[in-house]
Amino acid sequence: MKIVVLVKAVPNPTGTPEIGEGFRLKREGVELALDPGDEYGVELGLQLAEQTGGEVTYVSMGPAGATAAVRRALSMGGDRAVLVTDPALAGADALATARVLAAAVGRQPFDLVIAGAESTDGYTGTLPMAVAELLGVASASFARRVELRDGAIRLERQTADGYDVVECPLPAVLTVTAGVASPRYPTLKGIMQAKQKPFEQLTVADLGLSAEEVAATQTVERVDAAPERGRGELVQDAGDGAARIAEFLAEAKVI
Amino acid sequence: MTTVWVYAEVGADGRPEPTALELLTKARSLGDAVAAVALGPGARAAAPALGEHGAQTVYASEDPVFAEFLAEPAAHVLAGLIAEHRPNLLLFAATYDSREVAGRLQARLGATLMANATDLPAPDRAVTQIFGGTRVVEVALGGPDPKLVVVRPKSFAAEPSGGTADVVEVAADVPEGLRRARRVERHEERAAGPKLEEARVVVAGGRGLGDEANFDLLRQLADAIGNAAVGASRAVVDAGWVPYALQIGQTGKTVKPDVYIAVGISGAIQHRVGMKEAKRIVAVNKDADAPIFEIADLGVVGDALTVVPALIEEVRRHRG
Repeated sequence: MKIVVLVKAVPNPTGTPEIGEGFRLKREGVELALDPGDEYGVELGLQLAEQTGGEVTYVSMGPAGATAAVRRALSMGGDRAVLVTDPALAGADALATARVLAAAVGRQPFDLVIAGAESTDGYTGTLPMAVAELLGVASASFARRVELRDGAIRLERQTADGYDVVECPLPAVLTVTAGVASPRYPTLKGIMQAKQKPFEQLTVADLGLSAEEVAATQTVERVDAAPERGRGELVQDAGDGAARIAEFLAEAKVI
Repeated sequence: MTTVWVYAEVGADGRPEPTALELLTKARSLGDAVAAVALGPGARAAAPALGEHGAQTVYASEDPVFAEFLAEPAAHVLAGLIAEHRPNLLLFAATYDSREVAGRLQARLGATLMANATDLPAPDRAVTQIFGGTRVVEVALGGPDPKLVVVRPKSFAAEPSGGTADVVEVAADVPEGLRRARRVERHEERAAGPKLEEARVVVAGGRGLGDEANFDLLRQLADAIGNAAVGASRAVVDAGWVPYALQIGQTGKTVKPDVYIAVGISGAIQHRVGMKEAKRIVAVNKDADAPIFEIADLGVVGDALTVVPALIEEVRRHRG
């Protein structure tokens, strides 16, 4: 089975993100890491490849500094990586990103494309579906359990009140939630091997896309600090904490 | 003239989802012509409620194909309706189903899509919050119409306008090739009591509870309070203590109860974005430096396993 996992380098989640010129996320001097939400998709991709004797290709779009983050996925396992990096993509919006990813995925035959549902890009749930539409394949999002059955995918898809069981033919694009698999840690051997694996860097022109097709359709006009909620009363519980909360609930007229 | 459409999710019982009514309420202030698109069983029965909230027209199809197959039939039919009627703006709620439809439609139309919006100052402008709701970003939407905007639930309060809608039947001409990802079973994992999104009080638990079994204390507290629902942080959902349906935060639910009681939740920004609009926030945490205290109206530094049982007693005594 030929599996593609979409991965993304994000500013190190433990740092404080900063906004730079043109209201873009400041990436200079900011350490980029593999989006923690992507590791679940990586793990699922590796498990399915192991089950089927298949292979895993990582596809990513990002600045040149994203290579280390993508290599982290390679150190968990998998066969090769493709990073689309191009100054023309700075400030790319969802449409441009979907076009780039679909073009990069579509360069070779594939059975399954996996992406994290919990990505920090803000397009949670929509971007991989746009990729599926551009590739002309089936899709399902927010899968929390995935299995191969009779050449199709059977998955549990999150809903507001529980889950649906969905049967999805291949090829397909799936997004997965944190519960889908427990990501493995890269081993020392894996880290060494990752350095030898094919790692291709492509530009927008390499993908046959025009500058117009990847031009942003959105312009950030302003960024403001959100109104802060004030810090209220803080008490140390000395046996009276519960009584104070009950009093508060009574004042709020909910008890 | 500005035409604003709302992709309205409806239940098979003909009840529109609350988000559909929220979006219609907002659409009234953005457009001269407001319409809803409701696809699937229950669509026609939902039309009066959609009309009452601002839809002058409801494009409706009762065809079960929309409930049975994910996203593709809906995106296909929407694309056809858009080509015919050319709305300027199409609003979606940030729900599981609608997000799939919006993503597919964007690719089909080559239209701009703004996700996670919390407000629309104009038909071609959207506001979103980034970095866990610490920054507010205003974005101008370009490219061809319609602009697609996916709005977080509870961004607007639903208010009826007293209107009525004309129902326009939509043909479900969905090619066989678009009937792919198919729902074969539905399962509910919701606890008894009010829905998380609708409860007056939300009692939410995190890692600080120490153990899965202690989560039951929160259920007892919710029962004692009445009209209260139990929620959870992502950490305990990932740990498998409670189903994902209880998760509050960036990738879970957004709640705006009268009182939010956070127990053993540190308050990472991803969690805060789902609850910071609560009217009042109470937090219990062992760590006096927990970020949740920065936004709590009342913070109690203490052990949840001592405070919560005592609180259950206090609430019961109060209620007599």
